[in-house]
Amino acid sequence: MLQQIAFILLAGTAVLLFSLHARRIRKNILMGRDEDYSENAGRRWRNLLLLALGQKKMFRNPLVALLHLFIYAGFIIINIEVLEISLDGLLGTHRLFAGPLGQLYKGLINGFEFLALAVLFACVVFLFRRNILKIRRFFSHDLDGWPRSDANYILIAEILLMILFLTFNASDTLLQGRNYGRYASNLTGNFAFSQWLHPLLKGFSSKQLADLERTCWWLHIAGIFAFLNYLPYSKHLHILLAFPNAYFTRLLPEGKMRNMKSVQQEVVYAMQPEHAPAGASPPVKFGARDVFDLSWRNLLDAYSCTECGRCTAACPANITGKKLSPRKIMMDTRDRMEEVGKNVRRNKIFKPDGKQLLYDYISEEELRACTSCNACVEECPVSISPLEIIFELRRSLIMEESKAPQEWNAMFSNVENNFAPWKFSPDERDAWKNA
Amino acid sequence: MQVPLMSECFAKGEEPEILFWVGCSGSFDQRAQRITRAFVLILQHIGIRYAILGNEEMCTGDPARRAGNEFLFQMMAYQNIRLLNNYHIRRIVTACPHCFNILKNEYPELGGNYEVIHHSVFLQQLLHEGRIRLKESGSFKGKKIVYHDSCYLGRANGIYEAPRKVLEALDAELIEMKRCRSKGLCCGAGGAQMFKEEEKGTTRINFERTREALDTGAGIVASACPFCNTMLTDGVKHEEKEDQVKVMDIAELIAADLADLSVPGIL
Repeated sequence: MLQQIAFILLAGTAVLLFSLHARRIRKNILMGRDEDYSENAGRRWRNLLLLALGQKKMFRNPLVALLHLFIYAGFIIINIEVLEISLDGLLGTHRLFAGPLGQLYKGLINGFEFLALAVLFACVVFLFRRNILKIRRFFSHDLDGWPRSDANYILIAEILLMILFLTFNASDTLLQGRNYGRYASNLTGNFAFSQWLHPLLKGFSSKQLADLERTCWWLHIAGIFAFLNYLPYSKHLHILLAFPNAYFTRLLPEGKMRNMKSVQQEVVYAMQPEHAPAGASPPVKFGARDVFDLSWRNLLDAYSCTECGRCTAACPANITGKKLSPRKIMMDTRDRMEEVGKNVRRNKIFKPDGKQLLYDYISEEELRACTSCNACVEECPVSISPLEIIFELRRSLIMEESKAPQEWNAMFSNVENNFAPWKFSPDERDAWKNA
Repeated sequence: MQVPLMSECFAKGEEPEILFWVGCSGSFDQRAQRITRAFVLILQHIGIRYAILGNEEMCTGDPARRAGNEFLFQMMAYQNIRLLNNYHIRRIVTACPHCFNILKNEYPELGGNYEVIHHSVFLQQLLHEGRIRLKESGSFKGKKIVYHDSCYLGRANGIYEAPRKVLEALDAELIEMKRCRSKGLCCGAGGAQMFKEEEKGTTRINFERTREALDTGAGIVASACPFCNTMLTDGVKHEEKEDQVKVMDIAELIAADLADLSVPGIL
């Protein structure tokens, strides 16, 4: 009974805390501009299945994809086991599903144990890749400090959770063999993988084993609840947001840039004043300076980013030593959004803090280095577009501040006056015929 | 060469089958002009009724828009769309992926709706239909050609196979760089980079890409974009390999192998 009450308190607190976090995240995302992503639900569900559930893009790198699939399958499928654990916790039962499922139960747990082992293996390999192998995207300065620790904490936490799971199974089945207490009421027989731990545990008394089983069981479920509430502070949030982010994948060709309707109208009114409505006011702001000016879609992108760095590894500017890193663009956007979110919560409305996304997080030099080649967009397994943010910030630089490299100003004036980016007379446009 | 102007066709009440959108690079850049002439040779070879806009054509606004200057882009788009719509243009073919992308993807919502075809797809169709007759034993037979994907053709619009199919028609040995198709490395020109110095870094993007192309040992680097062509040509010069390695547009390669032409001096 005491354990049940403790469990209800723990679970209740965890779920309540997480729902508060989730509300904050939702609010932060909705600080962004409105943009319509409602069309074509059919294709969107397909993308959700292919990209998020099916991890299609991960398989551009098959070996890593397979390891990631282990962890991911572990995460999704072991949730069935977490359901049983939670029900056991709530109802004070032990292995609730064992009775009704009969032989199937053992098969299921064997499957979970296989996954647990696979997760463990993959996490160890990933720790090795991150910390020992000099893989450029993991050694980049983008990850200095918290992001690098965050990634390692997640892997270590997953390893611990899997060890706990295997240990309480092993203790449980050992106690079944000894016909001890309530463990004797659900005889499942040894499980495929946890039985390998038996030699290590045989020396313990039954009382000690029962304590071990309970401790591991509690640490395991408490760990899961803690992990749930760690997500909002972590890049690991992608395990949830990859799904909406895949659903809201941009369906237009990657080459298409967002149209600025307000500017389009301005130009039409300038060219054909007779179409201009009386009292039409010019647009107030061009492009993005801060997170409010980006769309909610960009902000969802920022929360969905797991900082894997596939974008940066493919970025031609980054490869050739420029400052630009598309991953950093996403990390900066998230950091700024969190900061603005806190500000809004504290002051009810946003109280200017003398900072903005442009300059204080993302520098002009980074933005200038982009070739708009879409390699970052193409690489992202969860359909993030760093390019869209880069373009919006560039628009602000040019249209709000007329801040352009001199060569660009020359190019602009050539386009405007000679109708070509170079300084040639428009009359010479078809001179190529005469060679 | 004789090239029909749209204004003349319109005055005579003629409706060409396609409008050839030359683009700024193809019009003014000396290297790219050779691509333009090669493509016109092919148009003449197949005997299609076509026209160009001549000095009525204007920059699509692509570099301005990518740099962040939406006003200038909208001004250019407005003028081009008015012109194209006045001429009742329906089909446009262009050898520039940047013009192609903007005409195809960005003009429609501004009122410019056309069927826009990149010359790689156009050439592939012509070859497929047997409308282009190539020499029996072409000059590129068995030669190593490496194709460099243009970002605005490849990732931006998903066109990876058409230019390769065109090259296959040459009976050449088509080889690939490690970073090809959707993983292709940019030449460094896109996003208005063509018109400014690169930011500080360890090397230039076109040097990085050119080295990768040269490492394949191919004698010809094929591209389907005048900007890529410029960047890679500069890269080859930087490596001092211009005597061994040529950067050629797919249209130039096809034009050089046309059945009814001895090596065309006009290129």
